[in-house]
Amino acid sequence: MPENRDNDVRIGVFICHCGSNIAGYLEMETLAEYTETLPNVTFVQRNLYTCSEGGINEIKKAIKEQNVTRVVVASCTPRTHGPLFMSSCGEAGLHPYLFEMVNIRDQCSWVHMQLKEDGTTKAKDLIRMGVAKAALLEPQEPIMSDVQLRALVIGGGIAGMTATLALANRGYEVVLVEKQEALGGMLNRLNKLGPVMTDASGFIEGITEKITQHPKITAFTNSQVTEVQGFIGKYKVDIETESKTRNIDIGVIIVATGGRVFVPDGLYGYDGKKVVTQLEMEQLLKKGLDSNIKNVVMIQCAGSRNEERPYCSRICCQTAVKNAMLIKEQIPDARVSILYRDMQMYGVENEEMFRDSKAKGIRYMNYDPEKPPEVKPVAKSVQVSVYHSLLGQELTLPADLVVLSTPVVAQEDAVATSHLLRIPVDENGFFLEGHVKLKPLDFATDGVYLCGSARFPANIREAVAQGLGAASRASIPLSKGSVVVEPIISVLTNEEACRGCGLCVALCPYSALEIQNTEKGRKVHVIDVACKGCGVCAATCYQHALSINSFTDQQLEAQIDAFLEVS
Amino acid sequence: MLDVGRHPNISLMAYSEIEKVEGHEGNFTVTVRRKKRYVDEAKCTGCGACAEKCPTSVPDAFNTGLGTRKAIYSYFAQGIPSTHTIDPDFCRQLNGKKCGICQKTCQADAIDFDQEDKIVELDVAGIIIAAGYDVFDPSQIPEYRYSELPNVLTALEFERLLSASGPTDGHLDLPSDRAVEAEIKALEKKIGKSKRMLEKFEKKFDESSKQFYEKYNKGDYSDDKDRKKWADKYAEYLAIMEPLEDLKKKAESFTTAKRLAFIQCVGSRDFRFYPFCSGYCCMHSIKEAIIAHEHENETTSRIFGMDIRAIGKGFEEYKIRGGNNSNITYVRGRVGEISQGPNNNPVVTYEDTHERLVKSQEFDMVILATACVPTIGIIELAKILGVELDKYNFIKTSPFSPVDTNVPGIFACGCAGAPMDVPESVAQASSAAERAAEIAIQLRQVQNVQF
Repeated sequence: MPENRDNDVRIGVFICHCGSNIAGYLEMETLAEYTETLPNVTFVQRNLYTCSEGGINEIKKAIKEQNVTRVVVASCTPRTHGPLFMSSCGEAGLHPYLFEMVNIRDQCSWVHMQLKEDGTTKAKDLIRMGVAKAALLEPQEPIMSDVQLRALVIGGGIAGMTATLALANRGYEVVLVEKQEALGGMLNRLNKLGPVMTDASGFIEGITEKITQHPKITAFTNSQVTEVQGFIGKYKVDIETESKTRNIDIGVIIVATGGRVFVPDGLYGYDGKKVVTQLEMEQLLKKGLDSNIKNVVMIQCAGSRNEERPYCSRICCQTAVKNAMLIKEQIPDARVSILYRDMQMYGVENEEMFRDSKAKGIRYMNYDPEKPPEVKPVAKSVQVSVYHSLLGQELTLPADLVVLSTPVVAQEDAVATSHLLRIPVDENGFFLEGHVKLKPLDFATDGVYLCGSARFPANIREAVAQGLGAASRASIPLSKGSVVVEPIISVLTNEEACRGCGLCVALCPYSALEIQNTEKGRKVHVIDVACKGCGVCAATCYQHALSINSFTDQQLEAQIDAFLEVS
Repeated sequence: MLDVGRHPNISLMAYSEIEKVEGHEGNFTVTVRRKKRYVDEAKCTGCGACAEKCPTSVPDAFNTGLGTRKAIYSYFAQGIPSTHTIDPDFCRQLNGKKCGICQKTCQADAIDFDQEDKIVELDVAGIIIAAGYDVFDPSQIPEYRYSELPNVLTALEFERLLSASGPTDGHLDLPSDRAVEAEIKALEKKIGKSKRMLEKFEKKFDESSKQFYEKYNKGDYSDDKDRKKWADKYAEYLAIMEPLEDLKKKAESFTTAKRLAFIQCVGSRDFRFYPFCSGYCCMHSIKEAIIAHEHENETTSRIFGMDIRAIGKGFEEYKIRGGNNSNITYVRGRVGEISQGPNNNPVVTYEDTHERLVKSQEFDMVILATACVPTIGIIELAKILGVELDKYNFIKTSPFSPVDTNVPGIFACGCAGAPMDVPESVAQASSAAERAAEIAIQLRQVQNVQF
């Protein structure tokens, strides 16, 4: 860092009144007079609104006429107004990163409305600190990196196929990798799709055909992704296909690996014959039920909402109701009873199907998880005894067939996939999205997206919507063709000091660090386009080898020193 | 919100309505009415100086009427855009009275009382409907007495009470108590006026009103006109003072709500109103109960529902955590009636289906989980766009193309299509964006149209 830069550091400070938002609660004149006394400050101006056209012009004028080489604006929050001031500096010929913002509204006038004097003192402290940092600011150049215009979709179920088609329809090349021998995923094992009762097979055929005929899509079945290297825009992916291993350049990745249905070994006398899962029931219905079946009992939450798997698997109730109705369709005089804890028929369509099923004579019985149903073999059939918690009575139900509604659970290889792509899984083994509410289809790591039951159990409508949505998210870097990253990122400023211990690599939430073997030994390498500048690595590095641009140790220390100077 | 407001590719037209749509997929012409705000968007900086000085207070719709805002206002503090708007129903200037204070206050010169609606025409390739939903009005359910009982609230009203930036700064003040406090405030204002009047007399006659009044009542000064006026004024003062003292005494015992009842399926799963399930209300009741407990940890909550539908990622775990850590009990049963108990406390009568008993319990506050219902303007909008609605007036879509309407090029997402929670709405928004982008791209390929 150049030591004698002070000579050409000429700081212009603009203090905003924000109408009365700031000026109503702080002593503005005092602030301005005080600011003039600070080191390196050559120009101070108060503005009614620094962000207004007039205020912006004043900044530009000061850069050009007063030869100001650093700009500090003391006003509101950089969250809303930082970019505006930075670009204005740029327009006037000053490097945008030679700008510093001090928040005297949110942190002073708003929170200390009743304390004019103290609020003003705090504003003085903040401005002094901002000025101290501004003196040490250095230009930073945005980082650009090209994006390979090709997407990889892992998983050829309905979510993955939908995402694949959507991206291909947008004109991007898509590589679709499916582990099984055919596309379709869970749909291949379903009979009809609720609530509209369309044949699953016909639906898949339609989509599979579109995929296989699309010129932009390469679909590999019986294949697996075995290696992923690189970062957003520049992945190198190894795909092991039947014939050989291919290495393909990829720009973005969509994870659509789906889920699997829990097999209830040892639960409720499960044998796959008299006691089956809903998934097995789908096949029985598809073949046509044995007309001797007169009594069917379904048990909900078989293996879910318990200690081992505490979550509700969302789609099993609707599957049970759908299959119960289909049983009635095939054998109208069959007695179908559903033993449940809560009927999770959320939404418009599900609740409607639930109502229709009651009209068709499906019987619902509420059971207490403390006293779960018991299934006993009796002669050629089975018997289900259940404490009907609403009647307060033990009931015994004869059953020719018991159907267990088992949860969708994470894929067995979900953890391996998570290592491969450096993405997290949650406590139930499903992939963990960037934000459970606001970023349901993204990961914290840029360039990788998520949809379908790999995220959480989803029905057809939800899986299709998520497939389209993930395609939309993934298309953003593709359509831009490049990624531009704010240069406020981590840099290895002291390579000598780095011991390659890897502590920072383990802590980086964005997979933006890696250890490389160099001539000087093991050293950390920052993947700049993946770094978000959070600073965890720099704060952790006990060797002070890493530093964050615009938040360097020197800059922060200067701020702290400035604060302590007067206080 | 901020990202939308700042994105270079987005022109945000808030406070605007669609009037006409012509054309077809890839080539729509949309007529938008940009309603007059009486504030110049280009000039307004959103500083709020106008609202501070505006003399007219009106019930604040954002705070579900629990607080007040001024006749010039921004919808809420962090609203985007921050442009203020004059409410023409309440503005003194616009109603022919002398005012214009905002105009004098505004240093950006943004107030324009002569502003007119602007009609804008847009050429677009695709249209996405994200018109949202309304909450069910529970006053339609007679047995819940929402309009009669002050301490029966909707979940949305409760949400505002819980909010640190809401009308009670996040304290669960009872609406019945807040009404008394408002009354006290009004009486104190009156008393202040009355006192100032009395002081004039006291100064003039150099005697305290109390002493004078005793003498006056004995028959002294009976022929003095001025003193008679004084006596009348003092009587008026006493007539206000007495109830005021009573109310103040009453207010001393006011506490925040600590015993809460949450009632599920209000207007939903109900054949009289909406038979469907709104899907998210179980979770917002649990969330509100947990937050209330965070605010004051002696708070207890009971959630009354037929099924507790905790169907999303982490939801069941959240429900159990609420039960274990936040004093929430879940009661399986539908509430039959809410009636008035002592001290404005609502009494909930319900069947506990597991115990097979009809019971009653008194609470401080009852919160109604109201149904998600189609937004009021959706029928008109659907007509303009030519899109089909389902029997409840949600926009009709198919499970296999969940964001496509019957009109090619027009898509729907979020609760305009069906009730759904935040993550699902966010996912659907991306889906709709994807479908719209496909249209635009295909058009570019086929017709070489540039966007």
